[in-house]
This record gives sequence, C-alpha cells and structure tokens, in this order.
Amino acid sequence: MSYLVAVDVLAPYAFSFFGRGLVAATLSGALCGVLGVYVVLRGMSYIGHGLSHAVFGGAAASAVMSVNFFVGAGVWGVISGVLIGRIARRKILGADAAIGIVTTASFAGGIALLNRYGQARKSIEAVLFGSVLGVSWGDVLAIFIVSLLVGVVLLVSYRAFLFATFDPQVAAVSGQRVTAIEITLMVMLSGTILVTMRVIGTLLISALLVIPAATARMMTNSFAKMLLISPILGAASCFVGMNLSYHLDTSAGATIILVAAGVFTGVYLLAGRRARVRVASLHHV
Amino acid sequence: MINITMEPFIRCDALSVSYGSSYALENVTFHVRRGEFIGIVGPSGSGKTSLLRAITGSVPAARGSVEVQSGIRIGYVPQVESVDWNFPITVAEVLTMTRTHRFWPSITSHERVEMASVLASLGLEGLEHRHIRELSGGQQQRVFVARAMFSKPDVLLLDEPTSGVDVRTRHEILHLLHDLHDSGSTIVLTTHDLNGLASHLPRLVCLNREVIADGPPRETLIPEVLERTYGASLHVLEHGGMPIVLDHDYEATQGSRAATHRLRSAR
Repeated sequence: MSYLVAVDVLAPYAFSFFGRGLVAATLSGALCGVLGVYVVLRGMSYIGHGLSHAVFGGAAASAVMSVNFFVGAGVWGVISGVLIGRIARRKILGADAAIGIVTTASFAGGIALLNRYGQARKSIEAVLFGSVLGVSWGDVLAIFIVSLLVGVVLLVSYRAFLFATFDPQVAAVSGQRVTAIEITLMVMLSGTILVTMRVIGTLLISALLVIPAATARMMTNSFAKMLLISPILGAASCFVGMNLSYHLDTSAGATIILVAAGVFTGVYLLAGRRARVRVASLHHV
Repeated sequence: MINITMEPFIRCDALSVSYGSSYALENVTFHVRRGEFIGIVGPSGSGKTSLLRAITGSVPAARGSVEVQSGIRIGYVPQVESVDWNFPITVAEVLTMTRTHRFWPSITSHERVEMASVLASLGLEGLEHRHIRELSGGQQQRVFVARAMFSKPDVLLLDEPTSGVDVRTRHEILHLLHDLHDSGSTIVLTTHDLNGLASHLPRLVCLNREVIADGPPRETLIPEVLERTYGASLHVLEHGGMPIVLDHDYEATQGSRAATHRLRSAR
C-alpha cells in the first residue's frame, strides 16, 4: 500500500515539464516571499496587487506588437512601478486612488488589446492565470537571475533598506538615499512580477507577495527572522501547491495560493492573540 | 564641566522655510555652539520641527542660509508618536540600522561591545533582543536616543522628546538629557512642555515662525514674550527660583475655583 502511495506521489516527476515548473514555482515563491516582507511592512500590498495588473497591459501590448515579452512588459512594468512609487510618496492624490487609476487603466488597455487582436489570446491568458507547466528553461533562468540580483541587493544593502523601511524620515536625515532605495525596490518588484507572472499569473501574484510575509509576521518579532521565514514559506507553498495541483487536477497557481492561505490560517489559529494583533496592524497601502 | 565653544558649529542666518506659498519660518537667525543645551518652544505650527529639518537638510531654505560645520554628525531623534511600534524589530536592530556602511546583515562583535556600552549608559542593558513594543514608555524613548548615540553624533536633535509620555517618563527623559549634556553632548530639542521640560533648560528659543526671544528661561518665560509667542495672555509664577507658566486664564481659573469652593461649602 505504502509502495503505491510512493509511486503516486512521485508520478509527476516522470514529466520533465513538471520538474521545470516545480523549480520555477519554488524559486518564484522564495523570491516573492523575500520582497513580500518589504511590500507588507511598507504598506505596499495594494501597490503589489496593482503593479501585477499594470504589467498585464505591457504583456498584452508586447504580444500584439510581436515585441519580446520581457522587454515590452518589463519596460511597462518598471515605468508603472516608478510612477506608482512617486505618486504614493508625493501624495499627489490619495495613494490608493492613484494606484487604482494607473493600474486599472493599464489592465483595461490589456483587455482591449486582447479583444481587438484575438490571436494574442493564448499568451494573454497564460499571463493572467499562469502556465507553470509551460515554462521553459529560459523562464527558469530569468527567475534565477532576478532572484540572484534581488538577493545580492538586499544582502549588501540590508541595513539601508531596513532603515528606509522602518524610519524613512530619519534615514533621510542620516544621509540615506531614501528615494533611490524606493525606486530600487519598485524596480525589483516590477522585475519579480515580470518573471514570475507566467508561473502563477498576474491575478494571483499579489497573494504570493502578501500571504507568506503576513504569515511570517505572526511567527516572529524580528525583521531578520521574518526575512528568513517568509521566503521559506513562499517556496514551501509553491512546492506543495505544485504537487497537489497535479494530483487534484487543479490549476497550479490557484492551488499554490490555497496552500499559502491554508498555512496562514493554520498559523493564525495556533498563534496567540498578540501574534494576531501583529498582522491586524499591518498597513494596507 | 561643560565647555561651550564661542564659535557656532550650526548657523541659521535669516532663514526662511516655505511649504508651497506658506512660510513655516521667516527670517530666523539661530546659532548652536558645541556643548549647548537648547529648547525650542512655540505653539503647534510655529516652525519648531521645520527648524530641526532645515538643520538636518531635509527641507531646503527658501531664503537665508543654514550652515553646519564640515564633519559635524547629527543624531536625530524623532517623535515617538511617529514610530511604527508594530514593526518587527528588536532593540539591537534599531541601533545597528544606522551603520549602513557595513554591507552585511549580521552584527559584528565590535558592534556588540559598542551597543552594550551605549545601552548601559542609558539604563537599557540586557534589552538588545526585546521587541520595541515590549518596552516601557521611557525605555522606548531612550532606545531612539540610543540609536542616535550609536551613530556617535556631535549634536543630538530631539523632536518633542516628552510628547505623549506620562509624568514619570518625562522625569526619566529629563534626567537622561541632563546626564548626556553633562557628559559633553550638544542637545537641541523642541517641546510643548514649558514647565516639565523647557523651564529646566539653560537656553530657550521662543519661536512663532520668527524668533520671539532667545535666552535663559528667566528672560524668555515671561508674560510679554509668551503672549507674542502663543498669541494668548499667559501668567508666570515663580516657584523655587523656577518660572511656572499657567497655560490658560489664571484669574478666570482662580475665580472658577473660588466659586466651586463656595458651592461645596454651601452644601
């Protein structure tokens, strides 16, 4: 009996596309988990959500114009990210309203392109809902490179990013280039969304940015530990979600998010009242 | 013995600061010498925080100039009310975040020794691994003073250090600041607290967009200056050689108290 279960569990590994997808998803989970810490603690959850929608517009445009996906969506994403960051920081108008306008306009533009040019439908749907089993080694390499760059930047500038996240006013007074740090963060976020959107899709990506970090927040009061726990939870959710999706015959992106949400719920129920308060106090925008 | 140098190391000359079309500061001349302990008082919106920000360079001068002597390091302590107490951060992380020249997250053994020394000097020994929310009000304020001290500043700028704290914490902070000053630190702070803090300082600057008065409390906490600073008639009593400012119509209050006393006596 146990032999049969073992065979069943290992069955998807017979397919090379599953192995590629698993590596891509697990890396994406770790990457989103790391950046999610900054997203959640800086109150940028909505920005992450909006940015993934904004990048969709760029992806649609690049598909229609036969421009390389990464170039088109990347340029669009970085511009949107920097624009959102500036609007939010300068309080030109309410941050949530500004993000809503920029990102939904971009998203609507993508939908309009999808309607007008039907041949782009397949790749657009892949961007919206993810097609983790269709990722190439090139996609895996792109995720790996972005993960490496993000890891190096956050490691060598760990204290500067912490200072600018916790106390931007005093960080600026102390000579930190807070604006440069914010722009770097938005560029890294845009890059992350760009390379991971094919794995779980733009519609679910913000969940992977928020849920592991919010779960980690309940588990620790230390920034350094949160930065370790969150990517582990993100990677584990993706790994387990991928395997479950094969056996349950469900969408990989949706299953990954459901696993992450399940972990969050479990920790929430097991954690004490004080741990729950930590999550309740997180900002929204 | 505190040595106050004659040559100012921070000079604001005819300084004006504006936010859009409205001026927060106009034609302010304010100098700080090494070893001084200065309180800036004034009503809300009088430009106290703007003056600190102009010194730190985080707001530009619309007119006039701000000169900070080359090589002078500024330690800035924000209002505790502006701190996100739910942020996942320990006391050790708060202190070491200022040492951004180190390109690695871990704390070195040298930093641990320095940190222990700063924390001990502020009565915070052994709290390195505590979350900032788990500290008392006085300890929380001292952690941010410790962060500023950890960057080895030449001058400490504190924005409303006793805002929103209870009487005991206010006493703790006042003693701490006097100890720091006695050990040679230069301190500039803003405060609303005329009796609990300002009257205990050697030099006060009364500010209401412009400098109304600058000098020791005996010369600055007087009705004429306070009326120009706060735009209201304030009474000043003297107790044990210290001026005590009554923060609203003293005569009306006395009249009301007398009436209340008469009512109670009648019952």
